[in-house]
Amino acid sequence: MNDLAVNLEGVCKKYPHFTLDNVSLQLPTGGIMGFIGANGAGKSTTIRILMGLVYQDRGTVTVLGHVMPAQQAAAKRDIGFVSEDMRLFKTATLAWHMEFIRSIYPGWDEAHAQVLVKRFDLNPAQKIKGLSHGQRVKATLLLALARRPRLLVLDEPTTGLDPVARREVLGALMEVLTDDRRTILFSSHNTLDVEQISDRITFIDRGRIIDSGDKEAYLDRWRRIRLDVPAGVVLPSLPGAVGGVGRGGASGGGEGGRVAVITTGQFDSSMTAAYQRAGAVVHAIESMTLEEIFVANVMSRREGPAL
Amino acid sequence: MHSDFVISQTDGRPLYLQIMEQVKQRVAVGEWKKGDEIPSIRQLAATTRVSVITIKRAYLELEREGVIVTQHGKGSVVANTPTLTPRLHEQELAAHLEHAARIGALLGLTPDQLASRLRDAAARFKEDRK
Repeated sequence: MNDLAVNLEGVCKKYPHFTLDNVSLQLPTGGIMGFIGANGAGKSTTIRILMGLVYQDRGTVTVLGHVMPAQQAAAKRDIGFVSEDMRLFKTATLAWHMEFIRSIYPGWDEAHAQVLVKRFDLNPAQKIKGLSHGQRVKATLLLALARRPRLLVLDEPTTGLDPVARREVLGALMEVLTDDRRTILFSSHNTLDVEQISDRITFIDRGRIIDSGDKEAYLDRWRRIRLDVPAGVVLPSLPGAVGGVGRGGASGGGEGGRVAVITTGQFDSSMTAAYQRAGAVVHAIESMTLEEIFVANVMSRREGPAL
Repeated sequence: MHSDFVISQTDGRPLYLQIMEQVKQRVAVGEWKKGDEIPSIRQLAATTRVSVITIKRAYLELEREGVIVTQHGKGSVVANTPTLTPRLHEQELAAHLEHAARIGALLGLTPDQLASRLRDAAARFKEDRK
């Protein structure tokens, strides 16, 4: 299947102190997209717009073929949405909530709900106010998953979870995707989770999409190059080289040589060849984790107009 | 069933390489035999909690290396190449030798010294097996 479960084009939203600027992102059916960005980068605003909870000033939003926000009622029948600020009724039990959701959504799968209760180690008889943060997150996730929605939209689903709960949640999400008609979009600043389970990555910073696409291709473009720079050697300034020592024309010290570390988001072998031609020795070429890429990217943006 | 795939965060290698290595290991020891059907991409993604696209990439590379064969719409099986297992060992040996050469250089060993150390190790191994 190559149709799009989520399609945002040129979406803008202006607030007094924050602007979502021309956001476009595409998520094919059957895939899972990890949406990453620092705090306040615009992840939640984007998610609210695609859920029809906030209306965009400009741009088009289509979710499961429904135009948002106009057709949000129809769209929401097939979307399971979980966010941190989701309120459950404190004095009611989990079982009461399960019954409540079941009465609204015909797609509720009770057998699956019971499996999830066990797997998430929850007690349906317990009142919501007695649950820990992690249990509450798992309870809201259960309520969404047991409906078997075609699209899951999860705002920070693993934030604040202990390692075991995190593993259970990631497992439950990956299990959803054994059905290639179902799609997941989740935001996180846990880059480990995003790196592990995403097919696509969308990276947002200060209200703008920095990068959006295939995770494997994205990770493949980034490398850290460690160079030995002999005295007197001047490194060429290459496009795509960010951060690190020795960017843009820095030269070896007068006396001895030095070490330069270059981070690049546009790696190809011609880069190392150019450094070698300049007289540097390539000590190592390392692949990077999403965490390292994320930090390199955000830091270089804060330092100034690199890239 | 396949939950004994292990994803290491300290490994330092990309996830798809870790998956490839563990598939090769299963083939090399004979846990997955020639012609055996292996898990579908989405199945293995679910059991390893690793994205579909990463498993897909691992399978593509494994196919390119001749370890598995993917029949369109039918899933993947372990390749029927008779040289499969020796070839996997061959690759493993090459990787270890390269590693040894690098450490040897760090210690300042000459190629001859390195070779004699390897002969010693081989002799010790033979002795142990008696």
